[in-house]
Amino acid sequence: MVQASVESQTVNQWITVCQLEQILPNSGVCALVADKQIAVFRTAEGIYAIDNYDPFSKSYVLSRGIVGDQNGVPKVASPIYKQNFNLQTGECFDDPTVQLPVYPVRVADGQVQIGIA
Amino acid sequence: MAKKNLVVVGNGMVGHKFLQKSIEIGATQDWNLITFCEEPRVAYDRVNLSGYFSGQSAEDLSLVEPGFYDQHGVKVYLGDKAAKIDRAAKKVISAQGEEVEFDRLVIATGSYPFVPPIAGKDTEGTFVYRTIEDLQAMSAYAEQAKIGVVVGGGLLGLECANALKNMGLKTHVVEFAPRLMPLQVDDLGGNILKDQIQSLGVTVHTGKSTTEIVSVGGRVQKMVFADGSELFTDMIVFSAGIRPRDEIAKDCGLTVGDRGGIVINEQCQTSDPHVYAIGECALHEGKIYGLVAPGYTMATIAAEQICGDGNSTFGGADMSTKLKLMGVDVASFGDAFGQTPGAKVLGITDAIKGTYKKLVVDGSGKHLLGGMLVGDASAYGNLLQISQNQIVLPPNPEDLILPARSGTSNSMGVDSFPDSAQICSCNNVTKGDICAAIQADNITDIGTLKKCTTAGTGCGGCVPLVTDLLKLEMKKAGLEVKNNLCEHFDYSRQELYSLVRLEKTMTFADLLAKHGKGQGCEICKPAIGSILASAWNEQILNPAHVTLQDTNDAFLANIQKDGTYSVIPRIPGGEITPAALIAIGEVARDFGLYTKITGGQRIDLLGARVDQLPAIWQRLIAAGLESGHAYGKALRTVKSCVGSTWCRFGVQDSTTLAILLEQRYRGLRAPHKFKSAVSGCTRECAEAQSKDFGIIATEHGWNLYVCGNGGMKPQHAQLLASDLDQEILIKYIDRFLMFYVQTANRLERTATWLNKLEGGMDYLKAVVIDDCLGIADRLEAEMAHQVATYQCEWQNTLADPQKLARFNHFVNSPEPDPSLLRVEERGQARPPYAHEREVLMAIQNR
Repeated sequence: MVQASVESQTVNQWITVCQLEQILPNSGVCALVADKQIAVFRTAEGIYAIDNYDPFSKSYVLSRGIVGDQNGVPKVASPIYKQNFNLQTGECFDDPTVQLPVYPVRVADGQVQIGIA
Repeated sequence: MAKKNLVVVGNGMVGHKFLQKSIEIGATQDWNLITFCEEPRVAYDRVNLSGYFSGQSAEDLSLVEPGFYDQHGVKVYLGDKAAKIDRAAKKVISAQGEEVEFDRLVIATGSYPFVPPIAGKDTEGTFVYRTIEDLQAMSAYAEQAKIGVVVGGGLLGLECANALKNMGLKTHVVEFAPRLMPLQVDDLGGNILKDQIQSLGVTVHTGKSTTEIVSVGGRVQKMVFADGSELFTDMIVFSAGIRPRDEIAKDCGLTVGDRGGIVINEQCQTSDPHVYAIGECALHEGKIYGLVAPGYTMATIAAEQICGDGNSTFGGADMSTKLKLMGVDVASFGDAFGQTPGAKVLGITDAIKGTYKKLVVDGSGKHLLGGMLVGDASAYGNLLQISQNQIVLPPNPEDLILPARSGTSNSMGVDSFPDSAQICSCNNVTKGDICAAIQADNITDIGTLKKCTTAGTGCGGCVPLVTDLLKLEMKKAGLEVKNNLCEHFDYSRQELYSLVRLEKTMTFADLLAKHGKGQGCEICKPAIGSILASAWNEQILNPAHVTLQDTNDAFLANIQKDGTYSVIPRIPGGEITPAALIAIGEVARDFGLYTKITGGQRIDLLGARVDQLPAIWQRLIAAGLESGHAYGKALRTVKSCVGSTWCRFGVQDSTTLAILLEQRYRGLRAPHKFKSAVSGCTRECAEAQSKDFGIIATEHGWNLYVCGNGGMKPQHAQLLASDLDQEILIKYIDRFLMFYVQTANRLERTATWLNKLEGGMDYLKAVVIDDCLGIADRLEAEMAHQVATYQCEWQNTLADPQKLARFNHFVNSPEPDPSLLRVEERGQARPPYAHEREVLMAIQNR
């Protein structure tokens, strides 16, 4: 599986949050890692981790959005007001001034892991 | 030959644009580019400064690509201000003592915010709104503030008020003029704008002159106005206009205007031909341009004058603008105030909808000179075209700003524009350019068209016009204008429904593989999830379907603004036993839910966390209740009156029929939600004529009305058939609903569907009553399948541990969402508003 591109983040530790099969293909879950809410998505192409916080509704809901793609770029639509976010970069397609944090994530031995510094 | 020095004083938006343009036309061959930048960072997007408060960083706002200046050898004196110009020695001396010689000098020092001379204006807690540093100071101070006041109700002032509001402050705007945005709108427009802004929670004070700012302990406490009134506040932001920064020019003897501004000619040269001035510091024919677009035009012209062929000159700029301020449209164009001799004015004020539209036409009534729009600026693009291209007005120009009369469109339409009409003013693309591109490349979608022509890629305001042009050209070329669902399927909803039925497709994955491309999206997934449910009625939470569902369907509850859900059990016909009422009350009490009676004779339980939903439904189902499908694009309720059972006027038993109908059509997925009601007599207490299908009792049976709705665009239902017995009534409803489910567009409600249906009500009657398509038996059979395979979705889910596993906020912790907070109001719990939330968080963190 491909890993979401995450720039300039050094990972010192990988935290297991769930088994890969706990995430249905083309959907997301929310993981609690070091007091942070992180939305983890599984698509046919890979696994992605972005912030669970939706800045438009100011609520922690992005893991419950519909996963899809826009011109081949994987994305999630917020379940509240439907803004779309790029799963690779955290960028909002509908408002380029908004960018969500992206986190290091990988699948190792069937386990989904989030990297922390 | 040695290179000459081209020095730019000021690295704001316009200064940067000048450097960019110069580099574009090859200036680095002959010139050393040098710039002074007073601020600690290079040029950034000041126009979108408020983006800083919605999560953008200083880097996001930057206009300079990292490495751009290095790459082109531009020398930047960062954090160093040009302090003095020595014109005799042709050099610039910086605040830090650097001396740089110049052959040509460009002054792009911009402007500074005007702070009125009010006593106490420098007290701690007063700010201006200009730089990123200003913003940082404001937001740091706002953390301990509750109330904020913006002085100045112009464009920037209202932007700033929005920023304060977003920071959770109780926000006021104080404007000296008798109305908001005095430069763009007149009194009538200003009043409408004021109402709209106030309805958003910002208090507006117009015609107020501040005389003093009173402080306590050295910090702002209140403002005192000339009329003696006072306003208590924690902080004040001045946004009362701009003044050109011309001191450096004045000091070296360049000509400046009486009221400031460095005088320039049409080549953007100052009184010294080696020195240029551009942007907000420049005064052209007595005018300072406070918008970025004219500044950019000056930058381009100056760059061409100095480094290029010097053919283009500055002849003033159009100040037409369209803005969205706090969600309220404001636009003005051309001679908006009707100052042309002989001009006539035509205006429409709608204080209910909160709109104001005004046209200024010339004496002959043939040409549009200008206008203003408040509250609804959708006509802006069209009107601007008409005025700029001198298109002859229709006989009743008021039609251009009146709401559409039924069935007709008012806009003059792109068809009537000449090829020279500028459609996209951001990128200067004409109608001719767009049409040529469509024809040359056989373009059939708006995305490609935008890419090819750059039309609509700036502010986006012209996209509706560009889309109209595309449709028009396609029609002319004999091409079918497609009604595709989204980028993943080149089919309409109706076509996909037929394909699913015909090919017996059972899953989204199969349909995508056969007829689609890509991975799907939030448009096609729920639409096809709904089609599959309407066709086969498999449980929507089955693994093959669950990821297609919008969150409401995915968690069988309605998501609310804070990410919690509301729960609505079915109460067929609005009839409920005392025991069931008590059970609902007990569940609400035990789970701390907010309860409210809905308009559809049901009870809404709000504030349930995702992890609580299964336990709540366990209890409700144990009490004999079932899912109400309030979360689905499905049947909501069949409302009823008490009918002949109790009412002295009732002629039929409306409650029994309502219960029967609700139980028949419960859970049926459709393109949109749909509602019903049954009234026991012609007094119509159940309001059946406002429903997607409504039934009214007569002496002889039932009258069936269809395609009505309340909501956003109310429409009365129309009579489909009269005096029906129950059997025929149900047959007709079965056929009607299934026909709608098969043929409507995504999210198209029955009323809209009927309005678009060719042949209208007569055709619908022919299909439903006379079976003119010969599909009545099939429609009835399909409905029978739906009725026979109905299951309560919650009962099904509770019996399946795999489905229940999703009902947790965290995949790796049983904790609920820690961000959820509640406050009590009138004895119930509700989510806090932003300002309450901050207080609660502060208490939590203590």
